[in-house]
Amino acid sequence: MSLGNFALMRHELLLTVAALLVLTAEIFASSKSRKSISLFSIVLFALITMAGFLPSPSGTLFGGMYTTDSTRLLMKNILNIGTLLVLIQSVTWLNKEENHDKVSEYFILLLSTLAGMNFMISAGHFLMFYIGLELATIPIAALAAYDRYNNKSAEAGIKLILISALSSGVLLYGLALIYGTTGTLYFNEVAQLFGTRSLQILGFIFFFSGMSFKISIVPFHLWTADVYEGAPVNITSYLSVISKGAALFIFVIVLFLVFPVIISSWQKIIYVTSILTMTIGNLFAIRQQNLKRFLAFSSISQAGYIFLGLIGGNQLGMASVIYYILVYIFSNLAVFGVVAAISNAKGKESIDEYNGLYQTNPGLSLIMLLGLFSLAGIPPFAGFFGKFFLFAAAAEKGFYLLVTIAVLNTIISLYYYLLVVKAMFINKNDAPVGKFKSDFPTRFALAICVAGIIITGFASIIFEVIKKSSFGV
Amino acid sequence: MNILSLFVFIPVLTMTGIVLIKDIRQVKIVASIGMGIQLLMSALLIFLYVSARHAGNTAEMLFIKDVVWFDSLDIHYAVGVDGISVAMIGLTSIVVFAGVFASWEMEFLTKEFFISLILLATGVFGFFISIDLFTMFLFYELAVIPMYLLIGIWGSGPKEYSAMKLTLMLMGASALILVGILGIHFNSAPDGGKLSFNILEISKIKIPMQAQYIFFPLTFVGFGVLGALFPFHTWSPDGHSSAPTAVSMLHAGVLMKLGGYGAFRVAMFLMPEAAHELAWIFIILTTISVVYGAFSAIVQKDLKYINAYSSVSHCGLVLFAILMMNKTAMNGAIIQMISHGLMTALFFALIGMIYSRTHTRLINEMGGLMKVIPFLSVCYVIAGLASLGLPGLSGFVAEMTIFVGAFQHPDLFHRIATIIAVTSIVITAVYILRVIAILLLGPTTNEHYEHLTDAKWYEKVSTVTLISSVAFIGLAPFWLSSIIGGSLPPIISKILALNPF
Repeated sequence: MSLGNFALMRHELLLTVAALLVLTAEIFASSKSRKSISLFSIVLFALITMAGFLPSPSGTLFGGMYTTDSTRLLMKNILNIGTLLVLIQSVTWLNKEENHDKVSEYFILLLSTLAGMNFMISAGHFLMFYIGLELATIPIAALAAYDRYNNKSAEAGIKLILISALSSGVLLYGLALIYGTTGTLYFNEVAQLFGTRSLQILGFIFFFSGMSFKISIVPFHLWTADVYEGAPVNITSYLSVISKGAALFIFVIVLFLVFPVIISSWQKIIYVTSILTMTIGNLFAIRQQNLKRFLAFSSISQAGYIFLGLIGGNQLGMASVIYYILVYIFSNLAVFGVVAAISNAKGKESIDEYNGLYQTNPGLSLIMLLGLFSLAGIPPFAGFFGKFFLFAAAAEKGFYLLVTIAVLNTIISLYYYLLVVKAMFINKNDAPVGKFKSDFPTRFALAICVAGIIITGFASIIFEVIKKSSFGV
Repeated sequence: MNILSLFVFIPVLTMTGIVLIKDIRQVKIVASIGMGIQLLMSALLIFLYVSARHAGNTAEMLFIKDVVWFDSLDIHYAVGVDGISVAMIGLTSIVVFAGVFASWEMEFLTKEFFISLILLATGVFGFFISIDLFTMFLFYELAVIPMYLLIGIWGSGPKEYSAMKLTLMLMGASALILVGILGIHFNSAPDGGKLSFNILEISKIKIPMQAQYIFFPLTFVGFGVLGALFPFHTWSPDGHSSAPTAVSMLHAGVLMKLGGYGAFRVAMFLMPEAAHELAWIFIILTTISVVYGAFSAIVQKDLKYINAYSSVSHCGLVLFAILMMNKTAMNGAIIQMISHGLMTALFFALIGMIYSRTHTRLINEMGGLMKVIPFLSVCYVIAGLASLGLPGLSGFVAEMTIFVGAFQHPDLFHRIATIIAVTSIVITAVYILRVIAILLLGPTTNEHYEHLTDAKWYEKVSTVTLISSVAFIGLAPFWLSSIIGGSLPPIISKILALNPF
């Protein structure tokens, strides 16, 4: 392996090195210097994020098992930005007394999952894809059970690992059928040899179902709310933003590159699942009182909208999916950041307890408002542009009925987002969440999210760059 | 900077100013200065527009500025105005200016109130200057969403219910508009070539008929909801009655005009063929709006409800006139938008002022106010007379033009619809005069009312601005007509190609 090859897979290599460095630091850290582990890890990861933006050649490694190009690089960079924000947001929580002994585990596990996701994105072979998938999944289950003396957190971990195992099994079965009917697992060869025989379609459906568990597409969504509720807030935000975003990235790549032959089949599947996902996610979100469950269902419905970008199989569609996930990272992390800040400071997570929040904590309420409006697709925030492009991508291919259903669904989602806004701004409360000042990392991460929500929309250059590195079927 | 972009820039600047200052009293001053500049700017715009037309500039839109925004999707930031938009901008700046003074007594969360109010105004101004469908839609939603907070936080009565109902219905309407816009965009180059969001570009081509049949109803209903098209008008009475004074003024005065303007500029102008075919459905609906709104106003007890239903009736008349598709009626439609905008804003301002004195809006509980607060009462009478179409005030000019235009159709259907709609004039007279009789005349029913004080200076600023505008249009209608009329021919000719009248 020459030095040039290192540059090709620098995201994964650097992440592995960083994880090992954190592990080493943990060994030598005294109980006093333990506090600086989080600072060390975040600085390390910030450097990796910056290194990701250096220009890089495209190419393949290991005989085509690993590929990289500008699209994949862009996806990894977007995930890096999101992960960096999650890491910064978790500092407050990691500094708590009960997490004192296990700070480095958090970073090691999290960086490993990210490396796994990067491997999945860069896979050129289903085996590599599967290894990446497992690497990305198993540490997350450990993270969900991070707060291990809390029953709900432990339950979340168990649920996640069981569901992941099940979905991996389903996915593997699909891969086996694909291998059986084509005799290869290389992406480019499968793409050429694939056809519309029923066994092949069946293989695709199993693959699709396995991925749907990861993205929590209806009807494979039932684990989502429980896991999101049980896991610590910062892990939940990682699950709902980065994990889901990565799975969608991979999904769009595989659909467009490996299965273009059966586009008319997967369009039908996506048509139905996207309507189900949006509608059921939205209808269940209305009834939730716990904010983490609420956001779980909201993120389910968001995945339904993102499917509108996939359905056309067009370049605009891929660009809008990538763009929307970037926007979604900023918006959802702004909301999660506020929820985490309040949960860490006051231990309150229910919508009722947010009544009258604006009176005591106007800053946090405004950020929450911004994030929710962006999720709902209200201008002039980035979510509006993101949704518009997703809908435009579907409309370009003539799916007007689907677009109509989707925009009507955004109205339902606006209803429940407004319920939170109403709690914060309109409802009266005799004992609102007390006034508190969050620490620097929280405020810094929230500031970046707010800047992202405002700038990503107006600065058309971001969308144009994404559009350039996207491709269609 | 382009003069039109300033109409968006100045409100943004005003909001920034309000965010930065601490003292509550200065908030009002900054807001009124900002909106005062806006008023002067619109006067300047009208002047520049008229002089450009006199100089022989016959372009369809003036002061055009076109900047590419999202290149790959053909989205531009494109602004430009013709006589109709100039008139609407003038209306908006008058109403917003009056609205700031009408909310001078706002005590609770003053800063936030004025920011939301001006944000709403920004959206409205942006909507009227846009000639790019995407920008237009963006500003439309920007104008709708602050309503939720404005009604929810500062409203009265069942405010949370009304705010949610209004927001969801209007955003639902915008969902239809979004689909319509996308449909128009992707059909804007039927013979190949570059797709466009630009209204002027799209108006040059003929959108395929089967697309028009789908997207014309979507856009027309979408904008129609905002223009209180029956049966989608139900947000309007609840919303208006719960909203604080300035918001009711802005909403009934200006925001509902977005509906009429959009239905005209987007739905009818870009898809005239489908409009011609499907107009009969909407003529029936708008006729119902006109008469039903007026009848509903008769039986209301709450002043704001009376006025809200009267707005349904009058805004229905705007859509009714647009659908008549001839020059006279359309001219009347635009004048009606301006006239109704001014007088309904005046109504809501006065209702707010009366309410802040008597603490009730139920007409049965009041009486004899003419003796105690003569200034406000006289203003109320003037607004009422304008509303029922007394010659010399703006309402007469507008309704007269509309009905004359509508009756030019020789066929039975249009004439019957016109005759039914004309009856609204009589019904309007009934509910207006009834209110005036009970509320203002007669004995003072409650001795508490004997000590009420008449209008303060800021209330006078607000009402006088509006009354003088109403009277100006009533006395010199040709002035407004000539600004509007000059811009109608290109639009009319596109529609008239299909319609012999």
